[in-house]
Amino acid sequence: MHARARVRLSENQVSQKKPVNRSLKQTPLCSLHKTLGARMGTFAGFDMPINYPTGIIAEHRHCRTAASLFDVSHMSQFCIRGSNGLAEIAAALELMVPGDIQGLRLGQLRYTMLTNDQGGVIDDVIVARVANHFHLIGNASRSKTDKKILCDKLPASISVTQLDRALIALQGPKAEEVLVRHMPKLRTINFMYGNKFELAGAECWVSRSGYTGEDGFEISVPANQAVEVAELILDEEEVKPAGLGARDSLRLEAGLCLYGHDLNETITPIEAGLHWTISRRRRAQKNFPGAHKILHQLIEGPKQQRIGLQPAGNILVREGAKINDTNGNNIGTVTSGGFGPTIGGPIAVGYIAKEKIHMGACLKLRVRNKEIEAAMTSLPFVQHRYRK
Amino acid sequence: MVNIRYTTEHEWIRLEQSSGEIVGAGIVGITDYAQQQLGDIVFVELPTLGAVLSQGDEAAVIESVKAASELYSPVGGEVVAVNENLTEQPALVNTDPAGSGWFVKIRLSDTNELNGLMDEASYRAFVDDLD
Repeated sequence: MHARARVRLSENQVSQKKPVNRSLKQTPLCSLHKTLGARMGTFAGFDMPINYPTGIIAEHRHCRTAASLFDVSHMSQFCIRGSNGLAEIAAALELMVPGDIQGLRLGQLRYTMLTNDQGGVIDDVIVARVANHFHLIGNASRSKTDKKILCDKLPASISVTQLDRALIALQGPKAEEVLVRHMPKLRTINFMYGNKFELAGAECWVSRSGYTGEDGFEISVPANQAVEVAELILDEEEVKPAGLGARDSLRLEAGLCLYGHDLNETITPIEAGLHWTISRRRRAQKNFPGAHKILHQLIEGPKQQRIGLQPAGNILVREGAKINDTNGNNIGTVTSGGFGPTIGGPIAVGYIAKEKIHMGACLKLRVRNKEIEAAMTSLPFVQHRYRK
Repeated sequence: MVNIRYTTEHEWIRLEQSSGEIVGAGIVGITDYAQQQLGDIVFVELPTLGAVLSQGDEAAVIESVKAASELYSPVGGEVVAVNENLTEQPALVNTDPAGSGWFVKIRLSDTNELNGLMDEASYRAFVDDLD
């Protein structure tokens, strides 16, 4: 096994070595993962389960057919409160994101992004309207940046607190069946809505949402009660744990963006194909950061756009691979790629020049000095099965 | 007696012997430790028959769900056989890394190159040190 593997492995720290780095953060479920035999690795500064003994492919398939429990407590959770009511917070948040926050109903979630003045994405986030405050969930790698920007930009009357809560996702077609045994009213919750529930004696915020393309739920629970909640769910016979490896292959098949790969501060929501997250009112108001560029791209079309790629054969195409047209001209780059267990072969996502976009077109991908043929496809690779 | 040597890159080479003498060819694979590190293997690219490799040359490409890596030849020599089964069943490397998950058979050009490799006991100690 060559050093490149080892370099990659050590970069991701996909090894069972005890973390040397003392500053490595742990989620409240860390010991539980180790008890379950997880292979741990570092992700955004956290010691996280990459996979359990059955392996990524088995975990991926289990999620598509039953229900898988993911620890996503590394994600940052913020409580945003204001002394002048929810309307003031919603209006202030809208100056930071292009999503419709003022229109959120009680319990509703919105997928949106913090944007910069150039229209780039600082982070992609979920904003939920909980009873008397807003709950914002961001990527672990952007935690400090998100907190700083929220604190800097929101008026003094609005407070931002990072919550000491775990986040547990149960994803898959049997997730509802499992969770209604403990929370009968969960059945009435639609996709991108949530409510407060008591689970294993803990006050939880449970929403119908996720990152796998499957129906499923995300449970925000106080850190000190997370183990009880996770164990309660894992006790159900349909449920198996799944790690970040399966989470990545599931989201890739579902065509969902991974921050730092498919999204960053130089990519706009329009280029990423996230125009649907910007409502008519927000387009008309033009009062979010980077509105000028984003709205211009909405009308004129962006220079580059995120597309799907299905490579022929079995060679995997990973992030960084160059995308060429059939004449050998470079027209883009792969930003996420790997093996799709449900597809049963390699899949990838990348950005290519707008004028080169023709679904079904044949492209050439550069992998280890070889050219691999690939077909341009729309996203997702695996249809979403959300319960709307 | 089975004569297996290991590299620090977690490859093994099992040598053919006759009356205790190495007769010049060895079967190469990756260790159980390596397959565990890589996770589910979904693609293997094998060298062409007759290819001549130097010690440390790339002999095969291994793609797992997690990462791409290479199998580097533990010794120099000619590729005299490849495990075609891996093309259809790359997961054999996970299920039987020391047996049916072998990669290539190499006719050694210089048996002295074996001196730099580890025996079973040294390799075990090496792996224990990593954990």
